[in-house]
Amino acid sequence: MAECHPVGFQWVMEAKARGAKVIHVDPRFTRTSALADVHVPLRAGSDIVFLGGIINHVLQTDGYFRDYVVSYTNGPVVLREDFRDTEDLDGVFSGLDPESRSYDNGSWQYQGTEMQAASGERDQEYPKRTGGSSVTEAARGESHGSGGADLGEGEAERDETLSHPRCVFQVLKRHYARYTPEVVEEACGVPRDLFRQVCDLVTQNSGRERTTAFAYAVGWTQHTVGVQYIRAASVLQTLLGNIGRPGGGILALRGHASIQGSTDIPTLFNLLPGYIPMPHAHQRQDLDAFVRAEATRKGYWGNMRSYLVSLLKAYWGDAAVAENDFCFDYLPRLTGSHSTYETVMAQLEGTCKGYFLVGENPAVGSADAKMQRLGMAALDWLVVRDFSLIESATWWKDGPEIETGEMRTEDIGTEVFFLPAAAHTEKEGSFTNTQRLLQWHHQAVEPPGEARSDLWFTYHLGRLVREKLARSTDPMDRPLLDLTWEYPTRGEHAEPDAGAVLAEINGHDADGVPLSSYQQLEDDGSTACGCWIYCGVHADGVNQAARRTPGQEQDWVAAEWGWAWPANRRILYNRASADPQGRPWSERKALVWWDEDEGSWRGHDVPDFEADRSPGHRPPPGAKGPEGLSGIDPFIMQADGKAWLYVPSGLTDGPLPTHYEPQDSPFPNLLYGQQRNPVRHLLPPHPDNRYQPSGEEPGSEVFPYVATTYRITEHHTAGGMSRWQPYLAELQPEFFCEVSPGLAAERGLEHTGWATVVSARGVIEARVLVTDRMAPLTVQGRTLHQVGMPYHWGPNGCTTGDAANELVHMSLDPNTHIQETKAFAVDIRPGRRPRGPAALELVRAYRARAGIDERTGTEL
Amino acid sequence: MTDGTWGGADRTVADGGLLSGPEPDVARAAGYPDAPQRVGFFTDTSVCIGCKACEVACKEWNAIPEDGLELTGMSYDNTQGLGGSTWRHVAFIEQRKPLGGQEPGTGQDTVDVFAAARDLGVTPSAPGPGATSPGPGCGEAPAGAPSGEISPVAPDGRSELRWLMSSDVCKHCTHAACLDVCPTGSLFRTEFGTVVVQEDICNGCGYCVPACPYGVIDQRPDDGRAWKCTLCYDRLGVGMEPACAKACPTRSIQFGPLDELRERAAARVAQLHAAGVTDARLYGEDPQDGVGGDGAFFLLLDQPEVYGLPPDPVVTTRDLPAMWRHAATAAASLAALAVVSFARRSR
Repeated sequence: MAECHPVGFQWVMEAKARGAKVIHVDPRFTRTSALADVHVPLRAGSDIVFLGGIINHVLQTDGYFRDYVVSYTNGPVVLREDFRDTEDLDGVFSGLDPESRSYDNGSWQYQGTEMQAASGERDQEYPKRTGGSSVTEAARGESHGSGGADLGEGEAERDETLSHPRCVFQVLKRHYARYTPEVVEEACGVPRDLFRQVCDLVTQNSGRERTTAFAYAVGWTQHTVGVQYIRAASVLQTLLGNIGRPGGGILALRGHASIQGSTDIPTLFNLLPGYIPMPHAHQRQDLDAFVRAEATRKGYWGNMRSYLVSLLKAYWGDAAVAENDFCFDYLPRLTGSHSTYETVMAQLEGTCKGYFLVGENPAVGSADAKMQRLGMAALDWLVVRDFSLIESATWWKDGPEIETGEMRTEDIGTEVFFLPAAAHTEKEGSFTNTQRLLQWHHQAVEPPGEARSDLWFTYHLGRLVREKLARSTDPMDRPLLDLTWEYPTRGEHAEPDAGAVLAEINGHDADGVPLSSYQQLEDDGSTACGCWIYCGVHADGVNQAARRTPGQEQDWVAAEWGWAWPANRRILYNRASADPQGRPWSERKALVWWDEDEGSWRGHDVPDFEADRSPGHRPPPGAKGPEGLSGIDPFIMQADGKAWLYVPSGLTDGPLPTHYEPQDSPFPNLLYGQQRNPVRHLLPPHPDNRYQPSGEEPGSEVFPYVATTYRITEHHTAGGMSRWQPYLAELQPEFFCEVSPGLAAERGLEHTGWATVVSARGVIEARVLVTDRMAPLTVQGRTLHQVGMPYHWGPNGCTTGDAANELVHMSLDPNTHIQETKAFAVDIRPGRRPRGPAALELVRAYRARAGIDERTGTEL
Repeated sequence: MTDGTWGGADRTVADGGLLSGPEPDVARAAGYPDAPQRVGFFTDTSVCIGCKACEVACKEWNAIPEDGLELTGMSYDNTQGLGGSTWRHVAFIEQRKPLGGQEPGTGQDTVDVFAAARDLGVTPSAPGPGATSPGPGCGEAPAGAPSGEISPVAPDGRSELRWLMSSDVCKHCTHAACLDVCPTGSLFRTEFGTVVVQEDICNGCGYCVPACPYGVIDQRPDDGRAWKCTLCYDRLGVGMEPACAKACPTRSIQFGPLDELRERAAARVAQLHAAGVTDARLYGEDPQDGVGGDGAFFLLLDQPEVYGLPPDPVVTTRDLPAMWRHAATAAASLAALAVVSFARRSR
């Protein structure tokens, strides 16, 4: 966190100054470790064993927060009799269809009812709930949405003694029983005494009086089981009662200034604003059928129709009326995953012909960078909007394939447009940070030359396209022509007013009066709102995100700095900070509480609960939406109002986090016969995306070292914002790899000399930093050396170097379609890499030696 | 050269000040009768995270050119040292020593954080963001708090590791030799007590370069003139803090009146010692030291040499008066000898 989020790390330092203990778990000793109380180096890709070990410790020592677990989680819920855990099936769950490499989650449901997820793959439940059929390819990830998974009619069977053998709590206990300290030591390389110390610190610092927070970044998400890493932390935090309370939670540290904003108002293919799922291509699917399938019956996702209709009104204004389902049919439909990596395959197949890259540099920044370039070389046109001529804009004349002779510039048909982009200081707008806090930034200077803001580009592109289509009578063009696309502009470049966009996102009622809360949204078309969770950011017509009352001038919650979604709440699900009777669990950790005299919830933060719902309230049978929540259901987005220790719906790869080895791993899975995540997302075979043998398979010894990629403070992601800056380039002037003294001795690597790193995908060279900060680990009885590589470099800019992403494969997390850049296997040798065709020859020789073909690593 | 004489006390002729020893009011001694309080930096390296924001902010604000793309292999330090085009330098030192030196306020284990948080902005003395001094309400330990200090576990066969980071800068010495030797008046003492080079007057003679006991000031190869930290003289003039201190996310670099910084630093060292960090020490804060105390001083976690700092710096002009006295004596002796010899010859 100090390494990649130095500004946010000031708050960790402040917490430390107030007595907090900081534990840093990372394969490398980083700037964060330097300031931590405890650093735990572990094998990259083994975190579920580590977290599972802590879960097991908490369960075995009765270290969980029992009152919290019984009242606020699904721990007491009894599961169906036909559910089979990994304990029963040697590492897979019931419902696995080996043919389609997917799970049917039917047997994962609760006894007596059916649940819809609050997020994730909500389309899973579509056929059951509508009787309709899906034209979505197989049951891949896109069938769960993002709202809470839903629960069907009927009540789940509960055992509040937590002793029923099929209750979630007991299933959990059995599932994690094998995650012992001994297994942690063997699989993660973390000595037992160090592991024990972490367990003690975490459990002693949790409970009524104290809370523990977890912070993570892409070191957890970028795995073939990435979502389950986060789930493992969720299970642990839920058991310890660390969610919805001050000082608790699981904090995603996100990579760019507004990555949170880019999922709230998504640049993702499978979501609409506010985490409403993008509709799938179902036969005769109208608005009612969609809402019936995707919404939850209880909780705030029960109001999905209001959120969606208001969104459609914001998109299509007067054209959206009840008679035409508020233009629901104008929304595109998903026919499967359309993630970055499938898009590359579609480019190669010729079905994707044009590509916009806005602030993205896949030619060095995405996994298997060569595949990215091959895909772009098959396009008709490519638009690159960035500050500088990044590699994704110039691969056609000076990319690695030109050097190896695999591509010749004159053969490439792609028309490449480069449009200079304005920096954040040259435009106004909002950033949404990891805490869901919107902060407005003002324009300081005009952008230089032809550089323009993304808002300018998008608005004027839309305007020009609409002008060209103005006389069209083709119904296909109606969604574009009916869009509300009127924004005031200013200045000589006709820059659209970002404040007007924020006002549209906030929404207004039928009279045009700004809304102040998502609870005002209606499903009859009388309200318009561009993103329901942002409703209130422009309450009273005032830009609430621009508020900057200094911390010294307000209380510790600092509610007047910026604006946090939803409803300016700073801590989500904060009803859980009070006990079932509505009293704070402890005075130290008081946040919100029930005021009996006032008949309402009060507190330091905005209560995340229906203001007048008393703790004693129990809903009448059949109550729906928010009305279905009882006074002890703090997790108001969930279909049952509870935190989920176990996920009956919404995940494609299992209801409980389970350790699988990374796609490419030098080690066998110590815990189960199942080596890899059986439903990991593999892309169709391609000669430049070969997988490696793993574990005890012959050939796996050819790639004996675990590698991981990361960022360092001095540079930013794929380098587009830093490698062209001389002041940053001089701070880290060359691509390097970090190795331990032991590995240097084993392979003859010299400090500041050159190393060649090879995988089945490619070969790169890097300067060598030999450092004690890369600790060798003892894993499964042998010494493991890990190779660390920052992924910032590429051939262009003030500082240049090979791209670490040349080495990485395209095997993805099945829920998020994120690549596995944080744990893979390589070989490393001294000296510079071969040039030209000889580089290809080296990779070919490695593949041959490891016996790699198109089937390698694709086993279930 | 007004009222100074080369004999007696070590008074310079330039500013009426001393060449060495304690100097309580450096700006007044330099001829500013209504000088504001002397300001400077306290760099607390125990909370430095090595982000180098200070280096970048300094270069941005002062429009200093990039000065070389060289991978040094010295941990993450590719800046190497202060110079004509590097006025802030973050050193990185990897040591085989137990983790745990960087303890921001471990003495506050007993603070009730929520009481402290509620008091934020209410009590003037409450620690604000980045506070490194103990807040109010140091009372009994909160219930259930993990007890005791964390002792680093040494995993089998592995050495423990400590990664020191420290942002170095011009010390703005009380007795600044660079200033003393400057023949053009390009280097001067400001009303804030800081030492600044005026690049439009500098003639590139380079006398200041060997005069600096810390090796801070240097000439730029392409223009020959001498450059160093100005403590953002232009920003101070309009009531702003220097760019590096402004950019520092953890308040490792603290800017303020020197007296206040010295108090804060002493409290901080005491706090770290109480927490068992016996390595903590101040560097450059002592008015009795060889340069009369630095305007920019440091809290270090190891010997100064480890960070590339001289252990016992002495203003290089300290001995100038004595040298001149000796020279004068020698000259007088020679003259006398000459007179005697001529006297003899004439005979």
